[in-house]
Amino acid sequence: MNAEPGFIRRLVAKPWLWAYVAAAAVWLVTILFTGGRGGGEVLTAAFTFATFSVIVGIGQLYVVTLGPGNVDLSIPATITLAGAVATKVMDTQDGLILVGLIVALACGVAVGCFNYALIIILRIPPIIATLSSSFLIQSTAIAYGRGIRIKPPAALADFTTAQVLGMPVLALCVIALAAVMEIVLRRTVYGRWVTAIGQNMRAARLAGVNVGRTRFTAYVMSAVFAGLCGYLLSGFSGGSSLSMGEEYLLTSIALVVIGGSSVAGGYSNVPGLWGAALFLFLVVTMLNTYGFGAGLRYLSTGLIIIAVIVAASARKATR
Amino acid sequence: MASAATPIISLNGVEKSFGAVRALRGVDLACHAGECIGLVGHNGAGKSTLMNLLAGVFPAEGRIEVDGKDIASRYSVATAQAHGIRCVFQELSLCPNLTVAENARIMHASLRGFGWRKRAGKLILDKLDEVFPGHGISASDIVGDLPIARRQMVEIARAFSVTTAPARLVILDEPTSSLDAHLASQLLAYVRSFVAKGGCVVLISHLLGEILAAGDRVVVMKDGKVVVERPAADFNRTSLVAAMGSVAHDEGANAATADTKRSETEPRVRVAADRQAGGPELIAHQGEIVGLAGLGGQGQSEMLIRIFDAAGKNARNVTVVGGVALVAGDRQTDGVFPLWSIAENITISSLRRMRRGPLIDGAATEAMAEDWKQRIGIRTPDMNNPILSLSGGNQQKALFARALGSDAQTVLMDDPMRGVDIGTKQEVYGMIRAEAEAGRTFLWYTTEMDELKHCDHVYVFRDHHIVAELSRSELTEEKVLHASFAEVA
Repeated sequence: MNAEPGFIRRLVAKPWLWAYVAAAAVWLVTILFTGGRGGGEVLTAAFTFATFSVIVGIGQLYVVTLGPGNVDLSIPATITLAGAVATKVMDTQDGLILVGLIVALACGVAVGCFNYALIIILRIPPIIATLSSSFLIQSTAIAYGRGIRIKPPAALADFTTAQVLGMPVLALCVIALAAVMEIVLRRTVYGRWVTAIGQNMRAARLAGVNVGRTRFTAYVMSAVFAGLCGYLLSGFSGGSSLSMGEEYLLTSIALVVIGGSSVAGGYSNVPGLWGAALFLFLVVTMLNTYGFGAGLRYLSTGLIIIAVIVAASARKATR
Repeated sequence: MASAATPIISLNGVEKSFGAVRALRGVDLACHAGECIGLVGHNGAGKSTLMNLLAGVFPAEGRIEVDGKDIASRYSVATAQAHGIRCVFQELSLCPNLTVAENARIMHASLRGFGWRKRAGKLILDKLDEVFPGHGISASDIVGDLPIARRQMVEIARAFSVTTAPARLVILDEPTSSLDAHLASQLLAYVRSFVAKGGCVVLISHLLGEILAAGDRVVVMKDGKVVVERPAADFNRTSLVAAMGSVAHDEGANAATADTKRSETEPRVRVAADRQAGGPELIAHQGEIVGLAGLGGQGQSEMLIRIFDAAGKNARNVTVVGGVALVAGDRQTDGVFPLWSIAENITISSLRRMRRGPLIDGAATEAMAEDWKQRIGIRTPDMNNPILSLSGGNQQKALFARALGSDAQTVLMDDPMRGVDIGTKQEVYGMIRAEAEAGRTFLWYTTEMDELKHCDHVYVFRDHHIVAELSRSELTEEKVLHASFAEVA
């Protein structure tokens, strides 16, 4: 046996492969239309926008891995709140960048603790708990920010839009973050515990897993990543707005699924998030390039997503 | 025996492989009306594969004849059902979110129209009354809320119930593994009456006494083949164990009969007596094997969970010194992580001491898995295979390895020998004894008298209370049964 077939077989068995294959295919079809021009720019834009959804996708992935019924619907509201609070605290001054970051992350910690308190103390199912808390958080953001758009500090705006050789610096940071979170999921006791709980919560408890603390950490982590996303997004888009988080609710869940993780929990991977995020952006770009109208664009996006998920799950079944 | 007549189903040279694993290597078997076939063999010998095949769950190579017609290529669950071939699976196949009546309806499609729920309920309750008089199950109970013994009773009753399709051949895979002695004897009596009326039963069991008592014919399987097939009358316990290929131990011979005086030191586990009901308190010292006896489902499992939850906490009425680990008996609900490998399933409780820096030490977990593969004899070519690739008994061994391989000083065992073959049982008994001598404490819920003989001290449970406390010299089957039934008798 030589090494090469073994390597290919292992690669093909990876559940995240399909997201990357789909992203690459869509990219190729796009530059086919332009005759090869603008391919690099499309990729730069894809990485830029995928970065933000991957950040919240990581948090959502950990929550979804906890098993059926676990999902964080408060991500958009948390993004909005953290963005509003951070820009107001920083007040356009470069010296307060770090303070702003800490405040944004603290918003995440507070939201995560509140979510988990609803789930565990009041025994509300996670979907309802995070949905209802998202209304409270959104209202807080509105009351706090009053809808006034404050510019981010110049240094933060520069950092979030900086590029090296056409690659956004922020994307490189988030690729590193994803790598770390993949290692946490696979190679640490915490990651194993999350995966164990997602397969069988009762068995996990009886195997000595600290179920309460593990779940709590996952919900707080998800909210903290949402806070981080809100902070960076307000720097990137020239200030916070009340609707800045909107699109990230369905995106974060879609990334987890398209990336090859199980919605039922217990079986997840982080690399798939990047593939899925690039894919989602590139699909829209492709359809725009070909001049599709809005209706047709939505229709095609839905059909393409279904096709990718079917292809990925067919692979899993034959394994 | 009507051996001259056409068999209900007959297999000729049937083979079945799962990937590289050859589960069946050419099996011949004929099931006739009016006989009970006892099927025995080690874990992984192919018994469960064979019965899945009879039930039409998956196809196989070879010749399968039903009522004399070869239908191997077209054999399916629907064909099996239409010919009255029913199956009671070891991993129960009821839907936990439905009621007992609704589960009965799943098998009987003819129960339709207005009032089907009521008719389904009557059908299943009548059968339960017939097989297990005094079962205490109601048709509107949600199956998931029932303890495992009652779930098993419902599954059995459902297999024997008849609407449009007849029940001619019923395959029972470890039907008594979750039942106590009383319920098991009710079932075996029913099996005999079913056979006397012209039915056929294939009984798979690791309890050889049951096979010898209920079977007309004994079929011994080993490594995917039928190695012995003879009338049950030709066997006794020892010769049957020998036929399975393991050395017969006289049970209880290695269990000392002398009483050891109970230690005066502070116990590892102490559960205060129930203030209302009275009764003795439960105590387990270092190095003791303490048995929790009584009929099935009398609160023994709940007691173990209470002790498990109390470890490391300030719980009321329960004091536990040191760590605890649990061996689940209901492995689907309480034990196995179905998406993981065997190695991951074994190491989950020991990960914290196998770290290098913040990361899990892959070499250490692999070494632990290999070590336990050897020590407890898990039948697999690779410990990185999925846990579900193992037979039920081998999955149970993995759960034992998880608990015994942890650093817990107290091990709680919740009727842990379900589906484990006799050879492995003997090895595990030896392992438990050795671990106890090295200072570990065991609390062992079991409904088998043979297993209680390995205990230093036994508490008998009835209706969620401890009603009797027996030291080893006092322990007899009569005393346990007497305490179990005191109010009824």
